Amino acid sequence: MESAQKKDVPVVTILDPKFKYEVAREPGGENIKYCFQCGTCTSGCKVAELDSKYNPRKIIRMVILGMRERVLSSDFIWLCATCYTCHERCPQDVRIPEVMNALKNIAVREGYIHPAFRAQAELIAGYGRLYEVDELANEKRTDWGLQEIPQGCPEVAEIYGITGLADLLSSGAGGKS
Amino acid sequence: MKMAVFLGCTVPVRNLSYELSAKRVAGELGLELVDIPEFNCCGYPVKSVHHETAYLLAARNLALAEERGLDICTLCSACTSVLTEVSRELASNEALLDATCKSLGMLGRRYSGKVKVRHFVRVLYEDIGLEALKKAVKRPLDMFSIASHYGCHYLKPSEIYDGFDHPEVPESLDKLVAVTGARAVDYRTKKDCCGGAILGVDEETALSMARAKLDDINSAGADAINLICPFCSVMYGANQRKIGSGHGVKYDLPILYYPQILGLAMGINHEELGLMQNPIRPRALLAKIS
Repeated sequence: MESAQKKDVPVVTILDPKFKYEVAREPGGENIKYCFQCGTCTSGCKVAELDSKYNPRKIIRMVILGMRERVLSSDFIWLCATCYTCHERCPQDVRIPEVMNALKNIAVREGYIHPAFRAQAELIAGYGRLYEVDELANEKRTDWGLQEIPQGCPEVAEIYGITGLADLLSSGAGGKS
Repeated sequence: MKMAVFLGCTVPVRNLSYELSAKRVAGELGLELVDIPEFNCCGYPVKSVHHETAYLLAARNLALAEERGLDICTLCSACTSVLTEVSRELASNEALLDATCKSLGMLGRRYSGKVKVRHFVRVLYEDIGLEALKKAVKRPLDMFSIASHYGCHYLKPSEIYDGFDHPEVPESLDKLVAVTGARAVDYRTKKDCCGGAILGVDEETALSMARAKLDDINSAGADAINLICPFCSVMYGANQRKIGSGHGVKYDLPILYYPQILGLAMGINHEELGLMQNPIRPRALLAKIS
């Protein structure tokens, strides 16, 4: 009987009806409730064309329905290429790439950060930039007649301290992905 | 005209020929580009992780330019979008400016909201102007067909760019190519994204996005791709061989940065523009000129 139930009854997703308000309070997420599901975003999305895991219309629908854990723990929110094609075409000014950023910001605080984005954030904290400008790189710059660039930028680590991102990254909160 | 040049992360390490040619051409056109070595990352890669940190990273850069009384000229399109967005937000949202100034104060810096940000190519298009560029051309490149890749953040989100070009029907790069005497090649996927932003998340999809455009430009018969963003160059240049070998294709499609195209047309030696240092060496192209 028990196994029959498991087989026949669909898994019910726990819904959080307040999730859409949470997203709307996040910078970039303000317009999420304007979405009327026309699908203009997905139809013009180059990522969605190649990878069906990414479907901005569906992600927004999931948020509005309150599928908080499913959305925040998923990989698909990290697949927006921020090309802003949907942003230009959305008739409701939902600001979809910004909504995706809002979702990713919440996901990071909830312990879900994509490893590639964690790595980038840590590189920038360390070097002040995405790439280290080491002695060799500076030698090449000098050879080309280009100005040297200082190695490291301590003020960036200070910024991470001021905003709390340093704590967020070091707490291991971003470990799950 | 004098501006602070914002190199970003990728250009000064991986795209030196872009920096070199931009500075060379700017000097020729009376645009003085001032280096500010203390600049940090624009903030773009952090925006999806922590909004406030991205804004503060951008604000620190704006503050550094303001200390010197200069507006910012960018070479990377992603840097352009974040720095433009933050500069506009801070200029119009007093509460945000106050909060940002409090944080900047902890770094011993201040910002009053005055700095404007524009992409290098937009400065050429709007301030130097097509007429002046045309006059600067000494060696028309009428033997070349060049396909422009606009990329995303040079044009979009359009509300932060004062309507200088149309996000759905862009023409600035094609006009800038035409001014050099080269034929501006039209192609189907002209407005598509290079995929660079998701390279670290889903490499297969990212490279497929780049491949679609390489295929299209190849069949359109272009001699080269015109690029204005270092990350697009990573996709179409540095990854070109990898994309091709994955599908049994050898593209050999040179990528050129716009200031290199302009510089060639202005009669500047290709060595001073770093052409042979590009990820795809444009040997056949250079042979056509000489």
